[in-house]
Parts: sequence; C-alpha cells; structure tokens
Amino acid sequence: MSDTTAEAAPLVTTAPAPGGAESFTDRLRRPRTYAVLIASVLLLALPFYLDRFWLQAGLFAMAAAIGAIGLNMLTGATGQLSMGHAFFLAVGAYSYCILAGESSTENGHALTGLGLPTWLAAILAVLLAGAAGGVFSPIAGRLRGAYLGIATLALIFIGQHILFNAGSLTGGYNGRAVPPLSLFGFTFDDTEVVVAAVPFGSSEKLWYVGLVALLLAALFARGVLRGRPGRAMNAIRDHRIAAGVMGVPVARYRAGVFVLSSMYAGLAGVLLALVFQRTVPEYFGMILSLEYLAMIVIGGLGSVAGAVVGAFFVSLLPQVLTHYSDSLPLVSAPGTGGLAPGEASRYLYGAAVVAVVLFLPGGLARLGIALPRVTRPKKSGEK
Amino acid sequence: MTTFIELLLGGLSIGSVYALIALGFVVIFKATEVVNFAHASLLLAGGYVTAVLHDDIGFWPALLVGIAGAASVGAAIEFFVMRRYRGSDHSVLAIVTIGVDILLITELTRRMGTDVLALGDPWGNEVVQIGGITLAQTRIAAFLAAGLLITVFLLAFRYTSWGVSMRAAAENPQTAALMGIKLGRVSLAAWAVAGALAAVAALFLTVFPTPGLERATSLAALKAFPAAILGGLDSTTGALAGGLIVGVTESLATGYQSDLSFLGRGIGDLAPYLVMVAVLLIRPAGLFGTKELARV
Repeated sequence: MSDTTAEAAPLVTTAPAPGGAESFTDRLRRPRTYAVLIASVLLLALPFYLDRFWLQAGLFAMAAAIGAIGLNMLTGATGQLSMGHAFFLAVGAYSYCILAGESSTENGHALTGLGLPTWLAAILAVLLAGAAGGVFSPIAGRLRGAYLGIATLALIFIGQHILFNAGSLTGGYNGRAVPPLSLFGFTFDDTEVVVAAVPFGSSEKLWYVGLVALLLAALFARGVLRGRPGRAMNAIRDHRIAAGVMGVPVARYRAGVFVLSSMYAGLAGVLLALVFQRTVPEYFGMILSLEYLAMIVIGGLGSVAGAVVGAFFVSLLPQVLTHYSDSLPLVSAPGTGGLAPGEASRYLYGAAVVAVVLFLPGGLARLGIALPRVTRPKKSGEK
Repeated sequence: MTTFIELLLGGLSIGSVYALIALGFVVIFKATEVVNFAHASLLLAGGYVTAVLHDDIGFWPALLVGIAGAASVGAAIEFFVMRRYRGSDHSVLAIVTIGVDILLITELTRRMGTDVLALGDPWGNEVVQIGGITLAQTRIAAFLAAGLLITVFLLAFRYTSWGVSMRAAAENPQTAALMGIKLGRVSLAAWAVAGALAAVAALFLTVFPTPGLERATSLAALKAFPAAILGGLDSTTGALAGGLIVGVTESLATGYQSDLSFLGRGIGDLAPYLVMVAVLLIRPAGLFGTKELARV
C-alpha cells in the first residue's frame, strides 16, 4: 500500500525529455492535462448552475476532503490510528467563532468573543487546532496502533464535555452563530451579489473559498507525502524499528504528523462552520470521527486522491439519498417508517469499508489510476 | 462514610461488568492481534436478542439465546470478514471492525428506535441492607456473576486444552500452527467467547438502576475500551484491574459530582477516559501490558 513512493518513481522515470523536467509541449500531449483542465472549468462554473442544496453538499464534501487528507496523512501514510479527528474539527470551528465573534448575549447566554478580523481568526483557528494536537503529542508520539486509537477516543469525550460545559465560550447545547468570513472587504455572507444574472448567496461565494482551500491543502499534502517526510512516514508505518535505525526520529515524526493532521482538521472545521453558519456540539461526536476513518479507507489509504474521493463518497451519499429518496426503492423520507436516508447511507458506507478492504485494497482512488498506467510502456527501474 | 462505601461497592460491581467486556476485547486481541471496535455492537446485539425474547420464552432461556446469539454474531464476523483479509496490517483490520460496527449499530438502533427495552431480569429494583449500607440486588448479582464467569474463564484459559492452544497462538502463531494448533479455530473461538461475555455484560449494564437497553447502552459499553487499554491490551489481569478502576472512578466521580461541579456536569462519564490518559502518560503499555523492548 506504499503507493506514494511507488507513484513518485514512475513520474520521474516517465519524463521523456532526457535529464530534464517535462516540457510544456509534453504536458499538452498528455490526456491527464485535459482532464484536469475540464474538471477545473466545471468546478469553477458549477455555482452558476447548481442550486443551494447541491452547493452546500459540495461544500461539505470539500471541507470533509480537507479533513480526510489530514487524517490520511496520519492514519494512512504513517499508520497512526486516530479516533479523535472530530475533536480537532471542533477546535477549529469553535476557535474561529470565538476569535471572530463579538461578545454578545444569545438565548440568555453571555458569549465571549474577541472580534478579530475574520481572516485572521481563520488562520489562528487552524494554528490553535495544531496547538491542541501538539498538547496531545506526549501521547501521540509514544503510543501506536490500538493504544493510540483508544487514547484519541478520549479526546472525543473530553471535547464533548468542554463543548457542553464551557457555555460562555461555546454557547453550550445550542452552539453559537458563525460570523461570515470577509476578505479584503468582501464578505462571504447572504447579501446577494448578482454575477452574470445569477444571484450569489453565501454558498456560491464560499464555493470558491472551499475550492482554493482544498486545492492548497491537497497540493501541500502531496508535497509532504512525495518528499522526504512522506517517505519517512511510510517507513514508520511499514517498519517502525527499521525506520528508527535508518535515522528517522520516530517519536518526533509521529508527533509532527499528528499536529499537521490536526491543523488540516482545524481548517476543515473552519470551513464547515462557515457553511453551517452555526456550530453545535452534537455534530462533533464519535460518529463524525468514524465517518472520517470510513472516508480514507473507502477512498484509499495513504494518498491525497484517496482522501478526496472517499470524502466525496461518504459525505455526498446521504445527500444524494435524501434528495432522491422518493424514487429509490428501499429508501423513504425520514419519519415514514421505512429506511431513512441517513441510515441507508450508513449501511452503504459501513459495507463499503468492509468490501473495500477485502476486495479492493488501495481503495476507490486506485480504480482510476490503475487503468491508464497499464498502457504506459515499462521503464527501467519500474517493477 | 456510608456514601463512600456504597459508591465504592457500586463501582466495584459495575467495574466487574466492564472487566467482563474488556476481557472479551483482550481475548480477541491476544488471539488475533485485532482491536475489535465492534465490541459495543456485539454487546448491543446480545442484549437486544434477550430483550426481544424474554416475554415469550422467559428470562433465563432468553438470556441463553442472547448469549448464543452474540457468540454467533462474533463468530460470523470472524468467519465472513476477518478471515477473508489477506493483508498483514492489523490497524487496517481494526478499521474494518469499525465498518462492521457501523453496520451492526445502525441495524440495531433502527430496530430499537427510541424505545427503552427491559430485559426482564428477576431482580427488579429490590435492595439489600447490610449494616446501614444500601445495595441494589442487581449490583450484587452483577458482581457475583461477573466474578464467577471471569474465574471460570481464567481457569479454562489456564488448564483446558482450548486455553493452552489459545495461549500458544497468542505467544507465537507460527510455532503454534506448526504444533498442529488450528489458528482459524482459535480466533473463531476467541470471537465467540468475546460475544458471549459481552451478552452477559449487556444484561448487567441494562438492569436497575439504569432504565434498560437503549441506544446509549453502546456508549456505556465503550467504557470497556479505556478499561482494556489502561490495564494493558494483552493482559487478562490488566482487563480485570482496568475494569475495576474504571468502574470505581466513574462511580466516585458521579457520586461526588456536586463537589466537583467546577469540572462541569457529567464528569462521571469522562473520568474513565481521563484516568486512562493519565495512566498512558506514565506507562504507555498500560498497567500490566507487555512493555516494548525495542528501543532505537
């Protein structure tokens, strides 16, 4: 499953220009370039055509993808099982609310807020999530496997406890409203701006924020995974002691990856909060953590593409089932006695986790990659 | 003082139930090196079968069917899922059990809905008074039953040929296989035993003073995870000690909640996890777990 290293090698060897990087014309000849181009045009154009429901669903999926990339670096690439991802999502989401929100009274609760500029609050929220991961590093650096998995389970319960009890910061059971993001004087809220005869509300505007955030997150993660740190992480996963003997500072790497993945979770949390426009503690429970684990297993452990594919699969599934519940045979609208869409999607992704591990090691993302590579001529150095 | 003793005894009793769950968890880990995150749903399955059947066939037969049911669910998971995995990464298998857990929990909670199911136990809400200390009968029954089962289990683990093959497989699977021990049968037995123990635990997690079997029961069952971890995942002694520690901590933290109000409401549910984190900081392999010898 160490496909990140395997993937990096052919990229270098298949560069046709001897001794140099791929030239521009070579790039133009590859079908992949066009696929990427068409996909990006489509993604940029979507807000002009889709309605709010699908845009929100897409935004959830983007936020989930960012979080899943972080978890995949930790669990997939480094082999550190974490059940506490939802906690760091909560840290990101709530830190943003606390830092950006004004002090106010809501439902009789006095809420504390620092009223910082929202862009600064977003950055600080990501850093705070990382710091929370750092505080946990004495444990994250030392434990592994099941021990770490269950130790991180504690984070979920600690997180829920704080969210429900620290009322002046988190708003308790009712949660707190999320101040809309504003960048360079442009606010991503529901005041309508008409672009090319399409009214742009918060979902349309946030769509582009989500795209940029996801792109940056994915590129950074790809850089980490394909470079020296990525190889060290895979070495730790595959053979911890051998990695240590070869000079990889195992404990430091484990703690470092944990912090990095918490920062990804924090960013995902901020984005989720912006989409939801309200943070509630119940959302950040254990089920959310399990969903993230399901995402990376279904998509494919250890790769960025896997995390993104899995995130879209798991987070769009309930939305699709809800939307088409009338026309699907087994699924019915919630409360009518049949199989509710939420339940149906849980069956599906629960079964998908099992099926993918048993029959499709490498996850859904491998389906797309495996095909074009077969046609490529084998180069020396490739097994 | 009487409050303290009552809380302590109550904690020991619920702790012995946690120990029962943790023991099954540890048995699976020892036999197959798989962390079974589906353990809470095994427990829920056993409890559900008992709850559904007790009206028709009486409590004791229903309990037996429940135990058999949970054992066969466990065995089925081993046979149809775990055995089919051909890789060698045990943390991937742990995630598979999460997938199984999602399936089982969704199915069971869908069947239960928001109902609170009674298991029809014979003890009801009667209490016993011993020298000014009030104890629910269910608590005493839980302690005795858990103690009995754990003793029987440990004796079997030590003296029967089944136990010997189990321990041999845990010690060194390759050698055990060469000595003629069928590893598949060992892990099948481990899953079945774990399911059976969990079904008994389900009974005692849902009797008085708890209202009955409901969705939240699986959350209570989750406390066996910190119990198993803080005792040490590969130690049966650890599972017992961990279970008792978790039970007593939870009971005391809940009982003295008013004195701990600065920590917020519901600290009792959190206490086991805090103790676990504290123990892991000092002993990363748990209290009785095998320490790692490799140091680089």
